[in-house]
Amino acid sequence: MLPARAGRRARPGVVVPRGAPLDRFGLRDLLAEAAHGIGSRPARLLLTIVGTVLGIGSLVVTVGLAQTAAGQVARQFDAVAATQVVVEPATARSGDSQRTVGRIPWDVEDRLDRLAGVEQVGAVSTVDIGAATVSAVPVNDPSAPALTPPPVLATTPGLLDAVRGTIATGRSFDAGHDARADRVVVLGVRAAQRLGVFRVDRQPSIFIGERPYTVIGILGDVQRRSDLLDSVLLPVGTARADFALAGLEQAQVTIAVGAGAVVGEQAPIALDPATPEAVDVQVPPPPSAVRRDVQADINAIFLALGAVALLVGGLGIANVTLLSVRERVGEIGLRRALGATTRDVAQQFLVESVVIGLLGGLVGAAIGVLVVVAVSLAKEWTPILDEAAVVGSALLGGVIGLAAGTYPAVKAARIEPIAALRGTAT
Amino acid sequence: MRRSDVDPGRADPHRADPHRADPDGAAPPGADPHPAPDAPGGACAPPVPVIELRGVARSFPGDPPVQALRHADLVVRPGEYVSVVGPSGSGKSTLLHLLGLLDRPTSGEYLLDGLATRELTERDRSALRGGRIGFVFQSFHLLPHRTVLDNVLLATLYSGVPRTERRDRAHAALERVGMSHRLDFLPPVLSGGERQRVAVARAVIASPHVLLADEPTGNLDSVTSGGVLDLFDELHAQGLTLVVITHDATVSARAPRCVRITDGVLQEV
Ligand SMILES: Nc1ncnc2c1ncn2[C@@H]1O[C@H](COP(=O)(O)OP(=O)(O)OP(=O)(O)O)[C@@H](O)[C@H]1O
Ligand SMILES: [Mg+2]
Repeated sequence: MLPARAGRRARPGVVVPRGAPLDRFGLRDLLAEAAHGIGSRPARLLLTIVGTVLGIGSLVVTVGLAQTAAGQVARQFDAVAATQVVVEPATARSGDSQRTVGRIPWDVEDRLDRLAGVEQVGAVSTVDIGAATVSAVPVNDPSAPALTPPPVLATTPGLLDAVRGTIATGRSFDAGHDARADRVVVLGVRAAQRLGVFRVDRQPSIFIGERPYTVIGILGDVQRRSDLLDSVLLPVGTARADFALAGLEQAQVTIAVGAGAVVGEQAPIALDPATPEAVDVQVPPPPSAVRRDVQADINAIFLALGAVALLVGGLGIANVTLLSVRERVGEIGLRRALGATTRDVAQQFLVESVVIGLLGGLVGAAIGVLVVVAVSLAKEWTPILDEAAVVGSALLGGVIGLAAGTYPAVKAARIEPIAALRGTAT
Repeated sequence: MRRSDVDPGRADPHRADPHRADPDGAAPPGADPHPAPDAPGGACAPPVPVIELRGVARSFPGDPPVQALRHADLVVRPGEYVSVVGPSGSGKSTLLHLLGLLDRPTSGEYLLDGLATRELTERDRSALRGGRIGFVFQSFHLLPHRTVLDNVLLATLYSGVPRTERRDRAHAALERVGMSHRLDFLPPVLSGGERQRVAVARAVIASPHVLLADEPTGNLDSVTSGGVLDLFDELHAQGLTLVVITHDATVSARAPRCVRITDGVLQEV
């Protein structure tokens, strides 16, 4: 007997063969036993997972509504409004009349182009053509009904881009036309209809007073200053030469998102360094700060509630698992007598509480998704929910179960089999 | 009775016998001190005792300390059927817990199948409990929410019975105790005698080397007790080693060998 004993002592870990690892309390057995342990008391299971369900649910609702609301803000976000700046000379009120006190320099395009955040600059001004008419034919037909002529506007070459306009046919004028004061015009699409100009490939002319102007293009659409569509557009240089244009009335500027504040501060200085207050700059309002703050507060409250619910949920799981350990002392003793190690016992209770937590997480996440969808439907929003956030929340339930089950599992493992079988274990 | 399939003590290929399964081969084959137990009284050495106590004592701390078991020597050979009798508080359960590796002696050495158990880790002791010892308790210890079949299968989880054999073995074990018509019943609806039969099926399913029973008939009337004792006789006849604790003279009378404990002192009757 001695040699064999000595031989076995040499390897203390493998004295007793335990059978193939898969045959001896493998993962399948562990899960099956845990499932039976949980499933034997369905009513208690429901009560146990309530806390976790609430916690995970409010977490998913918070995240989901925040994401949905963010998506909603992005959708409602008016890209044009948020990136359009209008510059005008300041006006002073004297008595009943308003008088402009400042002026926009002719080289407004160059001056504003240099500012950070500015993308397109263009300027526009009404041209006073006096009593002259605007017509497609040179002779003044006295029998024709007297129509108010379409307004004539002087524009800088950059205006088309600055109002996000598109040319329907032909082309727009450029800095060359402007510098040479060429007699060219671009017609707004409605003005062109009125004047009976539909094509520009044969270089039709219109007459402002006696002077002919070559139509080089027709403006199809604009995002700002839709009055341009009813107007005859001249290069500023031409308007200055032919109609003695005195100044610019308005500059349209497109800016990068969020550059409004900076541009609003710098544009007046760039335009009129000596008296920047003589220039009015209307910048887009910053994104609704108030709403964002309220949203953040609501999120914080929801998250705090969720955290409290999760804590309560975890404590609930821990409590119920402890109770279950106490109730099942006899079972623990029996399992030990049947060959379960302390570890097998601990694992079983740990897996039970993890599964309970996971169940709570899954149910909570599902309810949370439903709430987000329901709220979105009611508010006619598009529900937006990150799947990763939902899956993560459900898994978080499992993590809580793990944390909650550790102490009861250790406690179960420490139960002495004899005491357990006698039923006197505490 | 499919004896060759389920016979617990004999020639079972899945029995966790270290001398066959130990892969490190520390003991040379020829020097194996444990001849196969199915050759009792063969030409070679006498069979290794299933249970051997050498001066085992167990005392519980207290003032004064309780000497629950004093310097006990006991040898139980394969196939023996031993009853342990004694008055209440004499140390019978203490002895059974020691034999079942649920407790450790304060002094002395306990050899199970010739294997010294004192130095073993808790893990090894668990493996021995699962693989070589079957327990039957006075209060049955069946899980109330699990079916009869599940209760019996429970013993295969920790004893290394191959997964593919588990169900066949459970059916065979339940057939052996005459309970195969109650597979899907829950324990609370069974009679006491039936519950104890299920517990016996659970105890023998992993082919233990010894069946330890603590007051197996303590909760049963005389008729159902008789049925369980008949079952023990059958198991004994099939070669299973049994140690049955009782304070009932009719129970101990069924066992060929009787051991008495009085105040922690063990004597052969
Ligand atoms: N954990 C313990 N701590 C202190 N004393 C103990 C402990 N376990 C048992 N004892 C004592 O050891 C003695 C033997 O107890 P044991 O349970 O073995 O008796 P028994 O013979 O099984 O009695 P019964 O027939 O009533 O079941 C008793 O006096 C008991 O009080
Ligand atoms: Mg007792």
